[in-house]
Amino acid sequence: MIRVDDIHKSFGVVRAVRGVSFQAPDGKITGLLGPNGAGKSTTLRVLYTVLKPDAGTASVDGADVVKDGLNARRRIGALPHGSGLYPHLTARENVAYFARLCGLDKAEIDDRVDEIVRLLEIGDFADRRTKGFSQGQRTKVSLARALVHDPQNVILDEPSNGLDVMATRSLRNLILNLKDGGRCVLFSSHVMQEVAALCDDICIIANGQVAIDDSVDGIRNRTGCDDLEDAFVKAIHMVRPD
Amino acid sequence: MRTTIVVFLKEVLDNLRDRRTLASALIMGPIFGPVLFAFVINLSIERSLDDVERTMELPAIGQQHAPNLVRYLESRNIEVVDGPADAAAAIDAVKTGANDVVLIIPEEFGEQLQDTVPAKLELVSDQANTDAERDARRARGALYAYSQELAAVRLSARGVNPLVLRPLNIDEVDVSTASGRSAMLLGMMSYFFIFAALMGGMYLAIDSTAGERERGSLEPLLCLPVTRDQLMLGKIAATCLFMMLSLSLSLVSFFVALKFMPLEQLGMTPNFSPGVMLAALLLFAPFILLGAALMTLVASFTKSYREAQTWLSVVLVAPTMPILIVSILTLRPRLEFMFVPSLSQHLLLVDMVKNEPVNNLHVVISVVSTLIFGALLTWICARLYRREGLLG
Repeated sequence: MIRVDDIHKSFGVVRAVRGVSFQAPDGKITGLLGPNGAGKSTTLRVLYTVLKPDAGTASVDGADVVKDGLNARRRIGALPHGSGLYPHLTARENVAYFARLCGLDKAEIDDRVDEIVRLLEIGDFADRRTKGFSQGQRTKVSLARALVHDPQNVILDEPSNGLDVMATRSLRNLILNLKDGGRCVLFSSHVMQEVAALCDDICIIANGQVAIDDSVDGIRNRTGCDDLEDAFVKAIHMVRPD
Repeated sequence: MRTTIVVFLKEVLDNLRDRRTLASALIMGPIFGPVLFAFVINLSIERSLDDVERTMELPAIGQQHAPNLVRYLESRNIEVVDGPADAAAAIDAVKTGANDVVLIIPEEFGEQLQDTVPAKLELVSDQANTDAERDARRARGALYAYSQELAAVRLSARGVNPLVLRPLNIDEVDVSTASGRSAMLLGMMSYFFIFAALMGGMYLAIDSTAGERERGSLEPLLCLPVTRDQLMLGKIAATCLFMMLSLSLSLVSFFVALKFMPLEQLGMTPNFSPGVMLAALLLFAPFILLGAALMTLVASFTKSYREAQTWLSVVLVAPTMPILIVSILTLRPRLEFMFVPSLSQHLLLVDMVKNEPVNNLHVVISVVSTLIFGALLTWICARLYRREGLLG
């Protein structure tokens, strides 16, 4: 369960996030939708404790991301935007490294790594060094790395970037599996169709503010647009400009 | 602690597979030092051997006027050759550097000798030119010796003991050049050890900070339930290991290389026993923490791998500064020097190698102060790592 309550974040004169609030409950998939530069990544980075909000609070399973960052991180599996791997380590070693850092013990690590390798269908290249991996392969390994410790809350920043149709499809299945397992999934995207296909709740962000936070049907009703793309465009014009 | 060990082990494995890190730790540092050292030593030996063994050519004007003198000079390994046309040309030749020294033997030289009036010789040289002055000095010395010999012959012919001309017997022992040279060489040597140590950890320090950020692996790492202090300590520890490895190899390669260098010919009888090498390793060990923390700190400040490389090459040079200053001023070890990292290690190493007694208090101050500096830099690193701006 992730709660975000009126967070603000500026970088110098750029006010990236100004008063974003939403909730991502367990057993549901929540989408953070917005055009480029809307403040999606900044919001997510606050959630996985890499950035401190200037104002407002956020918590993961009740652990405050500022005051109790370590505990918040324990409850999170995160895939930051543009995640990189260690090129001299194999895919499996990359994943196992993170498992070890998450405090899993030896026997557990082997089992979990095997499981996640199977789940993400990366067995073919799991024992190869990641140098020269394609974008899709890298994303899959990064995803495996984020999920290896079986976190209750999963935060994915534009996970489908650079993935082909097949890979996008297996990512979608994976996210649905997480939901069925009662996990809280929060992911960001700038593609309306992708979000609509998966999400129970959609939080549309524009200009650092929440435009609409509702279900897919709710968004259709409130914007009065049947077409999702039109609804998206209309929604992002609902926030007040600078 | 467990986290730190996990990070440490991963960094070690990762970098053992990185050719660049390995090359700089296992090859650059350890090989570069001894090779350059051997080069400089051989150069020095060549120059010092010049003075006695090399046949020197002495351009002369009018050598036909003094066949005995020419023969005498030849017996002293000085070969008299035909010089410039006349005195004016000789002065020009020395001024322009075409000749280092020119001997002018006037026509009346033989006559004057026979008449036992002081026979005039002219030796043209540029005393401000230290390089040329070496040859001039040798020629001058030979001429004085010839003069002495003639005087002795004349006195003997008159029944006087030639020794009356030598009320003093001055035996000059010149240590200045040899010890000066050895001080410089020893200064170089301690720098090579510092250089090797820093080289060993340089790429790891960059890779684990600027490199990790550039690659995009830092952010996922920071999302894990670990503290940044733990991550940073693991990285610094791995850097230390590679530095230690490089330093040890460098000591061993020096130990081997020095066996093939004729240091005695330079008047150096350095003590490079295995014991001294081991002591050097222990003496430099505190510097490793300092170096690792310093490089990690500098690399954390930079925006990219390339920028980190640029700045770290400055760090590579920085420890030479105190050594250079002290070597140039030929300062003796002093208590206050022991507070300066790199300088204290250098001075103590020089003492050990020269077989001079090492002041225990100096060792304690060197170790403790270097460790304190290292700990301080590590602490600053940890502070920096907690910054939000770390991700750039």
